[in-house]
Amino acid sequence: MNYDFEQPILELEERIAALESFAREKEIDLSQEINHLKARAEELKKKIYSQLSPWQKLLIARHPARPNLRDYVSLLFTDFFELHGDRCAGDDPAVLGGIARFRNRPVTVIGHLKGHDTRENLACNFGMAHPEGYRKALRLMRQAEKFCRPVITFIDTPGAYPGIGAEERGQACAIARCLAGMLELKTPVISVILGEGGSGGALAFAAADRILMQEHAIFSVISPEAYASILWQDPARGREAAEKMKITAQDLLAYRLIDEVIPEPLGGAHRNAGEAARLLGEALERHLNEVTGLPIRELLARRQERFRRLSPRVFL
Amino acid sequence: MLRVKPRYATVSPPAGRQEGGGWSKCPRCGEIRLDGELEKFLKVCPKCGYHYRLGARERLQITLDEGSFCEWDGDMEPVNPFGCPAYAEKLALAQKESGLREAVITGEGEICGHRVAVAAMDSRFIMGSMGVVVGEKITRALERAAEKRLPLVVFCASGGARMQEGVFSLMQMAKTCAAVNAFAREGLLYISVLTDPTTGGVSASFAFLGDIILAEPGALIGFAGPRVIEQTIRQKLPEGFQRAEFLRQHGMIDEVVPRSQLKPVLARILALHAGEARV
Ligand SMILES: [Zn+2]
Repeated sequence: MNYDFEQPILELEERIAALESFAREKEIDLSQEINHLKARAEELKKKIYSQLSPWQKLLIARHPARPNLRDYVSLLFTDFFELHGDRCAGDDPAVLGGIARFRNRPVTVIGHLKGHDTRENLACNFGMAHPEGYRKALRLMRQAEKFCRPVITFIDTPGAYPGIGAEERGQACAIARCLAGMLELKTPVISVILGEGGSGGALAFAAADRILMQEHAIFSVISPEAYASILWQDPARGREAAEKMKITAQDLLAYRLIDEVIPEPLGGAHRNAGEAARLLGEALERHLNEVTGLPIRELLARRQERFRRLSPRVFL
Repeated sequence: MLRVKPRYATVSPPAGRQEGGGWSKCPRCGEIRLDGELEKFLKVCPKCGYHYRLGARERLQITLDEGSFCEWDGDMEPVNPFGCPAYAEKLALAQKESGLREAVITGEGEICGHRVAVAAMDSRFIMGSMGVVVGEKITRALERAAEKRLPLVVFCASGGARMQEGVFSLMQMAKTCAAVNAFAREGLLYISVLTDPTTGGVSASFAFLGDIILAEPGALIGFAGPRVIEQTIRQKLPEGFQRAEFLRQHGMIDEVVPRSQLKPVLARILALHAGEARV
């Protein structure tokens, strides 16, 4: 699946492929020309992907082939053992959690799970969690605290699920408690926004010591479509809303709302999941080393401070 | 002049005046009342019990002992993090129409002689939404209440996060939750009163972290708004869904308290927590 803004790259790649097959067929050497075109394609990619608009980034963030949490679990961790259930009512397939080893260190992994196709997405509810998901997450965080394991959360959700059952079983309360619990967890917590971080359902996993974001991920108070629908009564103006809302990793870093932007392979994580995982793993290890070196009291004080400083003073 | 008598209405609106201009019609039973009359009943329809929404100042007035209120951070102005002109206009209009600077008033006062810190949100100010300043005032109220060792009562009324302030407003959820945690560590009492409406980023943060959570009858309370849910699941929502009584039935709040009973109930709870707090 490709987008309009990728069309020039595709055209060039098609020309390269055609030349290559022509050269093979006719047994002539066109390598000089082919290499020239390849270099041009590389240049073009760099140019296009470094100048993506917020809306174009949103499309990449939602790309069905974008590596999801399950992909990163197998690429980044060893000995992953999935843990299920909130010990209260059920198990939420939109939230994946478990214990694993990250570069020889035991960690707890928790995050939203999106699918790559409709079948997978129906199974994990498009990454939209129910209260059971937030309660499972909090349970696993407390378990990590008991065993002094760092927690790594991965955020990739359009938002918490807006449904009858979710409301009946206390969606708001579950999110509030997850947030509040995470803020006083006596173990290091690192959050990574992988794709789409939508509203309170995303923030519930982001009350962390470090918030990292992949290069083309987005993080927003509400989806641009919903923003347009509420403010302008026109959901079709989502593109325009995206441009206004400051939702890209680069914008949020400039406002110091996140700590680091993790680079993605050229064209987005879905073009090379292995490379995306390598870049993510490198950043994770660096931040984990920093936060695990701090005394817990200091860590907690800094975690509170990071959110406390988001006051009107910031704008004066 | 020929006058046609309306067949069903028992009271006619005062001639020549639009609704809102001194009279209003109960949205539930249709009963028409003059404004002054409704105030006598704490803005609860005496016929059907419908609870009209209260502004923050009205709320403080009917809750606190007369003359006991002292406002905190009353001069704090809203911020416009991305310098959006449309938002600046919206803020100016909200200030003009509500007579408030932001969507929450905080301070201290007395409830039947019990000294308390208090915050009252106002749904007339951009749906009581929480941006940086609302988050800051709630946080400061928690901090100052802890300093003064006062219990805190928060009257919630909010549609959620203030969209125009983007992720800054979203982060206020974490900020207020951290402040509630710190307040709880002091062993002090936090009562959250959910009024119509309490949804989104406010319900999913400090509103649902009260030691005791009360709600007014009929108040809409939830995470997602009913319209969003209807659009998502493509079916009509059941009668009474997301109303205070529904939450009470599902174990999400401690009690539904009619407005006329709210002050004595708060006083009783405060009295049960009087005395030096555990530290
Ligand atoms: Zn009525």
